[in-house]
Amino acid sequence: MAITQDTRERIIVPGPAGFHPPSAAQLGVALPDPGQGLYYGLLEPNEEVVIEEMARKMLTSPNATIFPGPLLLWAWNDHAVEKAKATLEIAAQIPEVMIIPMPDYRPKYPKIDPEEVINPNHPNLTIWGNKIEACIFIGVHCHYANLTLKMIRAGTNCCTMAVCAEQGHEDAMLTIRDSDTLKIKRIAQIFKRVREELGIKLPESGENVRFTGTQSKVHGGKTHTNPMAFAPTPGGTGSAAMFGHSAEQMKREG
Amino acid sequence: MSETEVKTNPQGDPITSVAPAPSASKKDPHGEAKRQRVVTPEYMFYEAPRTKEFITGSEAAKEAIRRSNVDLAIAYPITPQSETMQLVGVLYGEGYVKEYYRGEEEVGVMAAIAGGSRSGVRCYTATAGPGTLRGLEGIASWPGHRLPAVAMFTCRVVNAPLAIQPDNIEVSYLLNCGMIVFHAENQQDMFDFTMAGFTISEMNDVTLPVGVCCDGFFVTHARGYVRMQDRGIKLPPREAWRGAVPVLDAENPPARLSRDAPVQKSNFMAYNIHAVWQQEVWAAVERSRKYIDRYMGGLLTAENVDDAEVLIIASGSAAAQSREAVRLCKEKGMKVGLIKVRSLRPFPTKELRQLCGKAKLIVVPEFNYVGWLAKEVATAIYGFSNAKIIGGPRVYGGQSMPVELIVDEVESGVSGKKSTNVAMSQIMGGVNPEEVAHFMRSI
Repeated sequence: MAITQDTRERIIVPGPAGFHPPSAAQLGVALPDPGQGLYYGLLEPNEEVVIEEMARKMLTSPNATIFPGPLLLWAWNDHAVEKAKATLEIAAQIPEVMIIPMPDYRPKYPKIDPEEVINPNHPNLTIWGNKIEACIFIGVHCHYANLTLKMIRAGTNCCTMAVCAEQGHEDAMLTIRDSDTLKIKRIAQIFKRVREELGIKLPESGENVRFTGTQSKVHGGKTHTNPMAFAPTPGGTGSAAMFGHSAEQMKREG
Repeated sequence: MSETEVKTNPQGDPITSVAPAPSASKKDPHGEAKRQRVVTPEYMFYEAPRTKEFITGSEAAKEAIRRSNVDLAIAYPITPQSETMQLVGVLYGEGYVKEYYRGEEEVGVMAAIAGGSRSGVRCYTATAGPGTLRGLEGIASWPGHRLPAVAMFTCRVVNAPLAIQPDNIEVSYLLNCGMIVFHAENQQDMFDFTMAGFTISEMNDVTLPVGVCCDGFFVTHARGYVRMQDRGIKLPPREAWRGAVPVLDAENPPARLSRDAPVQKSNFMAYNIHAVWQQEVWAAVERSRKYIDRYMGGLLTAENVDDAEVLIIASGSAAAQSREAVRLCKEKGMKVGLIKVRSLRPFPTKELRQLCGKAKLIVVPEFNYVGWLAKEVATAIYGFSNAKIIGGPRVYGGQSMPVELIVDEVESGVSGKKSTNVAMSQIMGGVNPEEVAHFMRSI
């Protein structure tokens, strides 16, 4: 498998970067153009290289986790549901992966359960509590993803990745842009290829997603599940119409 | 009003750009607006044919709004911007603006613009001087809430004693809000910057308000030629669902409550999120650079700078005075270039470092006392240029800027002769320490 031989110094790397490090934009990192990605703060002309590195990190780092955001978690239209299903295809390629939701952006004071739910106000607690060393954010509104990514880079050793439907995220170590359903499915395929190249096998039961404590409790003590067995709520039953997220509009992402 | 009667602005000048008076027949007053065709920003800014009209800055702003698919405009009259919002009111009557009303005062206007933008519609307002400062609490909160909107600031005196004369001191208050700030030189800039402002403001990775500043009266009330696209086309509507934040919805997640609730909590995490939140706002300002390049042709323009040892750097109407000063200097045999700064936030730091590297003298004329542009320039090029920077001449309180004043500074800067109009404290770099010591002893 090809390994990127980039002699340039990486700019955005797993931290902890410091008490309050400069933002990636302050460090001169600019967002990629269509088809490109950011590879540790460096512009990578071929987004596939970035996706391959995402796969390597998610397949080889302890406690790899996918953080789906509100744009995927709420079944406000068919498009959102399709993207959520495609994201589960990525999860299905990563043994022992966890899926911890970011359902909204409100602070959860005074009762925080950071190991079960990630929140842009204290995402570092979720990373610390679960000892997560690689994670993918997907379906999070860009402003809140950027806050989260900055805080995680400052205070944790987690390798952050952002699969973005818009222009990408400078503060993620790895990011790609314009991620519609088709691209998310393509990411899953690349993850599959990289996993096979690394010789990493999936459990024969297909139950490769590891439950968090609460998830286990609500599933009768089961520790793992098969992500492809999940049946998301039909589209349009969520409450997103008021956000202007009609299926027709969201399809224009691609 | 009869068919032959000419519409005038409050000063009695004929308004050439308003729609023809309705005829006696039952013509739909919104008919023309309804027939407007949506075009892409690329077509609007680069390809659409333009025709030239001789109009005021306020009329130029109005014509920009006509073509910008604005949903909501809120007015609070203050001199000299009242004419602008009055003219936008005409657009409302013609159906080009979907909603329009007069606020109670600027605090209310800026809060209502925030509400409108949060709810996902395209918003516009204009104010000036004391109105800007009265609304500043709201204005300064827009970037943190990631609210796209365009506000026009037709700068005038803000200090006591009360005056309504041109003076762009209020720009210095806007520079650190986290919003994007443009400074228009003339009526054409007012038109172009306003329309581009909407497009840039609503880019997902920007999602910030844009302030379009101009020097009141000089631009708003004076006429100039403006090349405009056909009034039958308009920009695409705002796609709020594509913003960096969800639009406000009081009933449903993920924006169930006030979007900034976490920053009001007093524990370590709250400080932490406020810190990264501020970083994110300024990161968004940085991201706007590429769109300013794309839709406005750059953060600055440079004229005759190639082999010039002297550069005049100016923004707003000082750029027009400076252009004339460059011509006079050329007649005197001096090679002087002009850099017009169009975007103050983001500031063209990289561009200035490249352009000023070989300069020996930089003159920064301004229409305010504090010299905010000179400080910005000096900070940007520190370590990248050995040029002596003359932070002046400066006029304020409504004074006009005699072109000869700028030429004098160029000549005194080149010859080393002491200026009668610029204090030693306004000169940075390349200064003889003995002269400074003498100056310090003399004050």
